Amino acid sequence: MKVIVPVKRVIDYNVKVRVKADQTGVDLANVKMSMNPFDEISVEEAIRLKEKGKATEVIAVSIGPQQASETIRTALAMGADRGILVKTDGEVEPLAVAKILKAICEAEQPGLVITGKQAIDDDSNQTGQMLAALLGWPQATFAHKLELGDGKADIEREIDGGLQTVEVKLPAVMTTDLRLNEPRYASLPNIMKAKKKPIDEKTPADYGVDVTPRLKTLKVTEPPKRQAGIKVKSVSELLAKLKEVGAI
Amino acid sequence: MASLVIAEHDGKVLKDSTNKTVTAAAQVSTPVHVLVAGSGADAVAQAASKLAGVEKVIYADDAIYAKLVAEPVAKLILSLADKYDAILAPATTNGKNYMPRVAATLDVPQISEILKVDSPDTFERPIYAGNAIATVQAAPGKKVITVRTTAFKPAEATGSASVEKIGGAGDDGISKFMSEELSKSERPELTSAKIVISGGRGMQSGENFHMLDKIADKLHAAVGASRAAVDAGFVPNDYQVGQTGKVVAPELYIAVGISGAIQHLAGMKDSKVIAAINKDEEAPIFQVADFGLVADLFKAIPEMDEELTKLGY
Repeated sequence: MKVIVPVKRVIDYNVKVRVKADQTGVDLANVKMSMNPFDEISVEEAIRLKEKGKATEVIAVSIGPQQASETIRTALAMGADRGILVKTDGEVEPLAVAKILKAICEAEQPGLVITGKQAIDDDSNQTGQMLAALLGWPQATFAHKLELGDGKADIEREIDGGLQTVEVKLPAVMTTDLRLNEPRYASLPNIMKAKKKPIDEKTPADYGVDVTPRLKTLKVTEPPKRQAGIKVKSVSELLAKLKEVGAI
Repeated sequence: MASLVIAEHDGKVLKDSTNKTVTAAAQVSTPVHVLVAGSGADAVAQAASKLAGVEKVIYADDAIYAKLVAEPVAKLILSLADKYDAILAPATTNGKNYMPRVAATLDVPQISEILKVDSPDTFERPIYAGNAIATVQAAPGKKVITVRTTAFKPAEATGSASVEKIGGAGDDGISKFMSEELSKSERPELTSAKIVISGGRGMQSGENFHMLDKIADKLHAAVGASRAAVDAGFVPNDYQVGQTGKVVAPELYIAVGISGAIQHLAGMKDSKVIAAINKDEEAPIFQVADFGLVADLFKAIPEMDEELTKLGY
């Protein structure tokens, strides 16, 4: 069974983002970029399936600029077998990403696609579900635990209020949540080896997908800032203040 | 045309997030209809029919909707989609699960977690964990929207809509609910509680969270936690307040032993009043707190418990 893992190049999660003065977006110049953290969890899960003999091949796919090939290399260094880079400049919305992934799935026929539950840049939380819909496949979002069976998977999901287990028929799309696993660091020999692994370069046109955004971003602004209040000296003063403002 | 709100419920109780989504929907397109997908959820449909601004409740009663599994629920929504120009759901784990499925099948983009409706086609939504706000305009056509419910006021229960009962829209049999493990608590839910008290890494252990439980019982508060406390294994994940956990905006948020990482602030900075107790006076949480107390929580929390008793709580 092949496993496809989409990986997105995003601003590193440790970087404090800055909104551009002209309100057209956030400043990406000279900012550290990394693999979306949820996608790292997806790559890790896919590699574990391969190590257990349940997956035969792990394919990392990235849709983005030329530099997204570095993100694919990271996945290859972690243990993925090969990569597909679909080159685009500018923003690609989740629906367009899902359409490209659909075409790749039709060509590659994976048994499972593992996506991160959301990318930490646009915070959309859509791509996996959209891909499942377009393929007519079942989905298991926010995965906490995966148990692969024969032609099916039992997936424990993180939901409001606790955990839920669903059974999905394969092929399926799973989206990963934080506690599914702890991604490994790539070792130096594996980083060297990854340089020799193949990355196919494609364009959205190769898959017949129009990536023109359907939503128009009018502006990007800073959120309203909250003002620091006052320091109190004791618990009783704190409670008195909270009473005063009617909070308790 | 009209908007359709997908109700959030547990089979018995209509969740407050639905009421708030109705408020958002009324700003996008009227009249507002509410879809209750459930099994034996008559009480939920009745509750939805009382929401102000709702013209009609469509109640799909079928066993396949008992646990709101994404595939059949999306299929049901799609079977009704023709009549609506906007379909909205609260951005709960349910809404996030089935709405993109609906959007993709309709070949329209989804607008996730809106904070504000600027006009019927223009919305504000958080990106980068709330560190930036994007204003986006949708193209003409159907809109599929999830709503960050903390940003909207709930519709009041002063209406009297009709309830139309319909059957299920079928199931493709590709997925099924197996089991669930829900945290049991006598306390209010994190996302709808008026007061939330959260602990961070400073709590040092799961045991110590019981100190917060006592305060929570006195104030009828929900107990939350930072991601650091969850990752340290002190409390289960569903306690987590933050960008990757739950987003809350209670009347009062009490942060105990929480430093105030960006990811936590993203989940609680819209609270009306924020109080923070931390022994490190440089902790970033104090930059957003209305009232800050620099103190050792292991002294301050028992003291707060006593003081509250004295005050008659």
